[in-house]
Amino acid sequence: MLEVRGLEAFYGDAQALHGVDLVVREGEVVTLVGRNGAGKTTLLRCLMGLHRDVRGSVTLDGTEITGLGPHQRARRGLGWVQDDRGIYASLSVEENLTLPPVTHPDGAWSLAQVYDAFPVLADRRRAPGTTLSGGEQQMLALARVLRTGARVLLLDEPSEGLAPVIVQRIRDIVQQVKANGTTVLLVEQNVRFASSVADRHYVLAEGHVAADLDNEEFTRRQDELLAYLGM
Amino acid sequence: MNEILQYTVQGLAAGSFYALAALGLAIIFGVLGVVNFAHGACYMLGAFAAAVLMDLVGLNFWLALIVVPVLMFFFGVLLERLLVSRLTALDPLYNFLLTFGLSLLLVDLVKREYGVSGQPYTRPEILGGQLTLGALRLPTYQVFVLVFSLLVCLGVWLLMTRTRIGMIVRASTEKSELTRALGIDVNRWVTPVFGFGIALAGLAGVLAAPFRAITADMGSSFIIILFAVVVIGGLGSIVGAVVAGFLVGLVEAFGQAYAPTLSQIVIFVLMAVVILIRPAGLFGREENA
Repeated sequence: MLEVRGLEAFYGDAQALHGVDLVVREGEVVTLVGRNGAGKTTLLRCLMGLHRDVRGSVTLDGTEITGLGPHQRARRGLGWVQDDRGIYASLSVEENLTLPPVTHPDGAWSLAQVYDAFPVLADRRRAPGTTLSGGEQQMLALARVLRTGARVLLLDEPSEGLAPVIVQRIRDIVQQVKANGTTVLLVEQNVRFASSVADRHYVLAEGHVAADLDNEEFTRRQDELLAYLGM
Repeated sequence: MNEILQYTVQGLAAGSFYALAALGLAIIFGVLGVVNFAHGACYMLGAFAAAVLMDLVGLNFWLALIVVPVLMFFFGVLLERLLVSRLTALDPLYNFLLTFGLSLLLVDLVKREYGVSGQPYTRPEILGGQLTLGALRLPTYQVFVLVFSLLVCLGVWLLMTRTRIGMIVRASTEKSELTRALGIDVNRWVTPVFGFGIALAGLAGVLAAPFRAITADMGSSFIIILFAVVVIGGLGSIVGAVVAGFLVGLVEAFGQAYAPTLSQIVIFVLMAVVILIRPAGLFGREENA
């Protein structure tokens, strides 16, 4: 469904990605693991069209999207949740939810569905988005892309810095989304979280794919990976 | 007491021009990231357009309040499409320099055509004279300017807070990149927003026409005060621009009344104090400072 070939990204003279190849098939949950600075966040930003200095090819459903701007990619079904959650302080909770246009109505969550799944968002719907707690903001960021009906979710460390009970809640949502057939590419440092939701894993090191592991192998080599990631 | 009320109305009327123009400046800065130095020149063009159109085709003040902002909107659209848009991908400093150059150019073009002396402008008779409220006598025109500007500010506020367009403007002001990534074509809104900001400067100019000397240089001192207004209110803050506009008008009026030689300095002292206490301005967000 989502295919990346020979992706290179540059920050001025520095090269952040050195020819990344990866494939995410329809309905799969795939994680990107790697140390800080391995290029995970840069890769997601490149997929979203937010990084200008890029070479290589990105296709969605066999269509080249490399030349498209971020809003065009979103309209084709890419849903990005950035690592700092990206909640607007100047928009209420409800405005944060309804800002992005619904791009694929058949898979889209209605506002009622969102409020049903996250009652706290309904209670605080008139409050400015950033008055929510970190965990609530993460729920809001996830709910926001689910409401658009995005077909491929690009999630940048959704479990980072959150209490275990919230991480559990996010795991449930990812599993629910997967059960509905949505494709997910997940950046994740939390190896246990990754192995509990994903089908496959790419290990990213120094801007290229160092390993492509199925979940069984990933789980078996968990200790080795934890040591590699320095955790 | 009477005197104080009179200065208050005078200050709020003067503040109306700042509030309207600063509102345009703040909206343009928010969405485009462009500090429009030509805003003062656009205010001057608004006043000139009102005076010239009255002279040429007999356009009265009431019609000028509608026609001139519409013309200025299209002037802004033209500027954005032909010039500003070519530089938006570069460092914002380039657009600052562009609009600085533009303001010099516009002022000199007007001087070339109309000289340096003031243009005459007759205000509608109904707005002349004084309004008597009990023991209080206030200049009718100042009261009109104040009420009219407050209504326009209220209208813009409703547009910003109650409509989808306003929501998109607020979102792209706060996080432009994310707003694009959420599927919104921010570029589509850039040109009309620029035009709208310029139209507000033009509207302030029309309101100033019967009240101030209409000269090519009227925008040059105006823009300096306007920057003080925007800094005090918080760069990019819409509410801040309006509140600070009226505040600066008041400070200026009381300064002129009680310490005429210091009246301009007081504004910049206020700006310095605000920056020292709240670097992001009264209504700015700290992270944008």
